[in-house]
Amino acid sequence: MNGAVMEAIFSVPFRTLFFREVNRFFIVINQTLLAPTISALLYLFIFGFSLGNRFGSFHGYTYLQFLVPGLVMMGLVTNSFQNPSSSLMISKFEGNIVDILMAPIGHLEIVLGYVLGGMFRGLLVGSSILVVSCFFSVPPFSHPLYLVAVALLASAFFALLGVIAGIWAEKFDDLALFPTFIITPLTYLGGVFYSIQILPPVWRKVSLFNPLLYMINALRYGFLGVSDVDPGRSLAALAAITALLFGACVALLRSGCRLRK
Amino acid sequence: MVKNYGALRALDGITLSIPRGELFGLLGPNGAGKSTLINIITGLVRRSGGEIRVFGYDVERDYRATRSLIGAVPQELVYDHFFTVRKTLQIQSGYYGVTRNDAWIEELLERLELKEHERKTIRELSGGMKRRLLVAKAMVHRPPILILDEPTAGVDVALRRSLWDLVREVHAAGTTVVLTTHYLDEAEELCERIGIIHRGVFVALDRKEVLMQQIHNRKVTLEFTSPLARLPEELAGIGGSLAADGRRATVLVDRSNGSLQKLLEVLGRSGLPLADLEVAGAGLEDVFLELTAETPPARTGASPAGEAP
Repeated sequence: MNGAVMEAIFSVPFRTLFFREVNRFFIVINQTLLAPTISALLYLFIFGFSLGNRFGSFHGYTYLQFLVPGLVMMGLVTNSFQNPSSSLMISKFEGNIVDILMAPIGHLEIVLGYVLGGMFRGLLVGSSILVVSCFFSVPPFSHPLYLVAVALLASAFFALLGVIAGIWAEKFDDLALFPTFIITPLTYLGGVFYSIQILPPVWRKVSLFNPLLYMINALRYGFLGVSDVDPGRSLAALAAITALLFGACVALLRSGCRLRK
Repeated sequence: MVKNYGALRALDGITLSIPRGELFGLLGPNGAGKSTLINIITGLVRRSGGEIRVFGYDVERDYRATRSLIGAVPQELVYDHFFTVRKTLQIQSGYYGVTRNDAWIEELLERLELKEHERKTIRELSGGMKRRLLVAKAMVHRPPILILDEPTAGVDVALRRSLWDLVREVHAAGTTVVLTTHYLDEAEELCERIGIIHRGVFVALDRKEVLMQQIHNRKVTLEFTSPLARLPEELAGIGGSLAADGRRATVLVDRSNGSLQKLLEVLGRSGLPLADLEVAGAGLEDVFLELTAETPPARTGASPAGEAP
């Protein structure tokens, strides 16, 4: 599999698809990069800067410092998901998906093209939110390598989910189900804005079933060195579910399901 | 080749071989199965049974090889509105693994009269320009096989002629061309061999001239210098009918049984004030209409499990 991935990454069709995906979101940069950065800036200003002083400290950090990793993760997962899902949906809607389907591009190259394009956007938005947040407070970057690994895996996971959603959805309304019912609730309830330690015991237990909790806390551990859950297990679980989703995504492409009649 | 969509049998066991370098026309009414066949060859549709080989490669097992060999113009006007004309061609080139293709892209832009529009996004193009761009995209990797699924649908006469010229030119250069069309004159004008598909089976598959030979009727129109009150009985007897104004008459003759000769003899004897005589030959349209008439076509094997209304 590793050999096949390397071969795909050096192929011209993959590079073309990746380039197309990145170019596409740069053409609409106001929606894709500026809008999520501005939203994060507003969260920082309202919750971190204005209201945050009333919240006390979390794991020894001010609320503003505590908030930044959560906001970075929120921007990262949302945009990693949105790039491939909306690109595929628009291609299906406009019909130009046939360009990919009729071309001699392997299933692996298609998955990697869309996924790396999505990761690129997610990581760019996450970095942009981080840069903006540094005007308020610079995080200590306690575990930089861990931080990079989590950011890469989380963006890959959501980009893969975006590919699956983009293939599955038949109309834009189908696609809207993902952010509305899955990504946004899980992100908001996964500890972007709070530590689960402030929750009643029952809800704390329920929160442990939320995969976003582990991703957000893992990123927080990378930035601040603190986490509500075990950072080693979080990273291992994230790596495992990302690998599983990658396999599922390639299998979906190979089956031709929802793409080839 | 068999393709089922649920209970509907879109292709009912057809067999077809297109020699290298041929210009083949695939005709048939809407829903006949033309696009299904084309889409199985290009990889957009999965076959239910049978086998398709392109230059010896299987279209599903060896899909990379077969898709590299084919350039296809889809029936729908599909476009990617994010990019300019030139960028679209560069991306398409990359999908086929072709790099450093700018000289050929330049030539295609010139040849398809898109050069002055190369910086426009697809949204800014007229319908005809979009159609030309689709043709350019199909040719960007210089495929030895070009498949055009109704390439001139909705284009004006001038563009239609220029697309025909282009098809003739690439065919003359050795490209195998497969064309589906609704325009019978297009197939008549361009194709060497024609397959007429109806309800998922070929109802005709032969060289164009042979197909047109199958229709024996000729329509002879007679024009008179002064109006007639009625046709001579001898002429009415061989199926002649007079127009209301009395200035024209038409006679249907079957050239396989000598009735044309008989008509000429009758005319010679009648002394009618003949001003003009026109014989209309059978066109592909007559062949097409006869073969796809709503009577069940002759076929072998089981009838389709279900058919579109």
